Amino acid sequence: MIKRSFFSLAKPKLAFPVLKQDLGDPVDIPLPAKAQVFLERSFAGSNGLPIRPGDKFKSGQRIGLGGEGDEYVVSPVTGVVSRISSIKGYMGRNLTSVSIDVEKEDVWDDEFGAAEGMLPAERIERFLGSLPGQPDFSSVVGFRPPLKTIVILGIDKDLLISTNQYVVGTRLEELIKGVGVLKQILGDCRIVLFVPAGLGLQAERTGVEVRALPPAYPDFLPKVLMLRFFGKEVPAGGRCEESGVGFLSAEAVANLGNAFAEGRIPVHKTLTVIRKDQSVVNVRARIGTSVQEILRALKIETRTGDRLILGGPMTGLSVYSEETPVLAGTDALMVQDESQAARFSDTHCVNCGECVRICPAKMPVNMLVRVLENQMYDEAVRTYDLLSCVECGLCSFVCVARIPIFHYVMLGKYEHERMKSAEGSNG
Amino acid sequence: MAKDKLYVGAHAPFWHNGSSIRERSCNTILAALPAVLMGIYFYGAPALGVLALAMSSAMIWEWLVNLVMRKPITIGDGNAAVIGLVLGMLFPATMPWYAVVLGTLIAILVGKQIYGGIGCNPFNPSLVAYAMLLLSWKGLLEFDAMLVNYDFGVNMVYPIGALKHFGPKVAENYRLADLLMGWQAGAIGATFGLGLIIGGIYLMVRGYIRWEIALSFLAGLFVTALIFNAANPAKYGSPFFHLLSGYTLIGAFFLVTEDSSSPVNFLPMLIYGAGAGILTVLIRNVGFFIDGVVFAVLMMNLTNPLLDKIRPKALGRRIDYA
Repeated sequence: MIKRSFFSLAKPKLAFPVLKQDLGDPVDIPLPAKAQVFLERSFAGSNGLPIRPGDKFKSGQRIGLGGEGDEYVVSPVTGVVSRISSIKGYMGRNLTSVSIDVEKEDVWDDEFGAAEGMLPAERIERFLGSLPGQPDFSSVVGFRPPLKTIVILGIDKDLLISTNQYVVGTRLEELIKGVGVLKQILGDCRIVLFVPAGLGLQAERTGVEVRALPPAYPDFLPKVLMLRFFGKEVPAGGRCEESGVGFLSAEAVANLGNAFAEGRIPVHKTLTVIRKDQSVVNVRARIGTSVQEILRALKIETRTGDRLILGGPMTGLSVYSEETPVLAGTDALMVQDESQAARFSDTHCVNCGECVRICPAKMPVNMLVRVLENQMYDEAVRTYDLLSCVECGLCSFVCVARIPIFHYVMLGKYEHERMKSAEGSNG
Repeated sequence: MAKDKLYVGAHAPFWHNGSSIRERSCNTILAALPAVLMGIYFYGAPALGVLALAMSSAMIWEWLVNLVMRKPITIGDGNAAVIGLVLGMLFPATMPWYAVVLGTLIAILVGKQIYGGIGCNPFNPSLVAYAMLLLSWKGLLEFDAMLVNYDFGVNMVYPIGALKHFGPKVAENYRLADLLMGWQAGAIGATFGLGLIIGGIYLMVRGYIRWEIALSFLAGLFVTALIFNAANPAKYGSPFFHLLSGYTLIGAFFLVTEDSSSPVNFLPMLIYGAGAGILTVLIRNVGFFIDGVVFAVLMMNLTNPLLDKIRPKALGRRIDYA
């Protein structure tokens, strides 16, 4: 844990660990016996669904639910569907979970390979929506009006994670191919690759514009990057794409290159595992592998009271079950010992102002937390800039009264969203 | 087995920088020690008695009020101890026990708890108590009368009082070095200027108080005193005298900087601090009271919510000027 410095006249700077050059191979996690994937779609019972338990899927095959919308997920394994159920995601998202009993031998689906004749943009939209690295291709490739700039992040959004640095360091060929595909689709779009200072030379071999920046948190969150680098303020509550810039992770671009070169959809996710002593190791696991399998493969002991966190220490999501799967967007798995866990309290805000000084969005956090504590969500949005939040978590990190400010902020955003949709459906 | 293992869910972030209210309180007390120890050295056991009673009674009041209001017990955060200590530092060494105990009751109950506890008080709790005592028992806070039995071998008239009543001519009898080193009559914790400055620098450097507030307070006070002095040196004291006498230094580092009643944004902090400094000199030079710090700070506490409306535009906010 990073402690407060002795002298604190200025803001604390949280720096990322930058990877050394000798990266070595990632630890391969064996193929699990069961895999689980989530579909961004609410589950209303299995009646009328085109898939049902007992159906067989090949590796790389699209799993879709049919009906309205074209949400799909790519089966990362070959096997038989054992269960389809409803699951609640972060911020109240309704998801459908599909569990698959895995067969040892991979049989690859060739629908993607056979679709070589399709326009690349259509092919990406149809098959590559759940690539490891969680690319949001629909808002990058398919955004209208077409984006002027694409940012490839060769650095991770959270501390201690080195997944994307690792990709830039070790999978350069695929990254170059991915950039080629993007150029082919987007034409004269400006592509900028952001990497931490040490990786600049390596990154320049991709042939795109490279920016090597000192690795300080939270400079690489999209909206902060937009302001610091492009000088554009994304309107509060708006998206970066609306200001003309799309974001992709280096891993997603490398997988895009791999998919087009091999004619097969990649199904392996690279992720950083952060052990209890904060040592890190990069692993390569099949998407859908449960956290349990990874802990077992790395021989990490856990006990009651520990925390399992998907993501990093500042913005990750803690999960209560070892059976939670690694998904396309899971860049890290952090295990935190009970004794290391940050404790929050129900003390009032003491108005020390630390949060106000550290907030990268310059929000009046001290006032915001007061209105949020009293459930005045509308007031929070209108007067106290709730929607400007870039979700870095630094306010909670520095809070002297140990208020879970970030939690309040996300609750506020959730409630605001709910009120808006309720108003929409009533009006 | 896996089934028996329970993981604890929580929201991000999963790290904390380790700061806490208790740490802040402990460091504030630590920073007050130079001035406090010197006060005890000068005034002996009575001073120690007043400080000990002030701190302990403040903590007991906090505990009792917590019990009565059925709220979590908050003595542990050390805030009550700080309020008691700061109040004790403002008293003369001969303050009677009942006034000390009543003072801390006012500070804890009226100054802090009735608003909802730590962080909710609109005024500095110690100063609320001090102001009430000053208005109720003026005699108990008259240093010339209360310290009549002390003699350090220097001029034992309360300096800022001497300036008020007899003008700058008399004030010239005081050596500034004496004032800085604590050779003056006054409150237990407010006379040893050097100790307060050391404590203040410690607090500012470690970020427990804001340098913007403390320094703008001193600057506001100095400049205003300088203007008065330049306009009429026969009537108004020198700015250095104002800086080193009365509650100026304890005010700059322990009173005006209290978190809850002071702003958090840069410009508001400067206005708030400078405003308190200017008001202090106005009260001292043209007002009724001998020392202006207490009421100046309370007045500026009042402006805090309004001042903090001056803040930077948040990221991505468009402000429509109607």
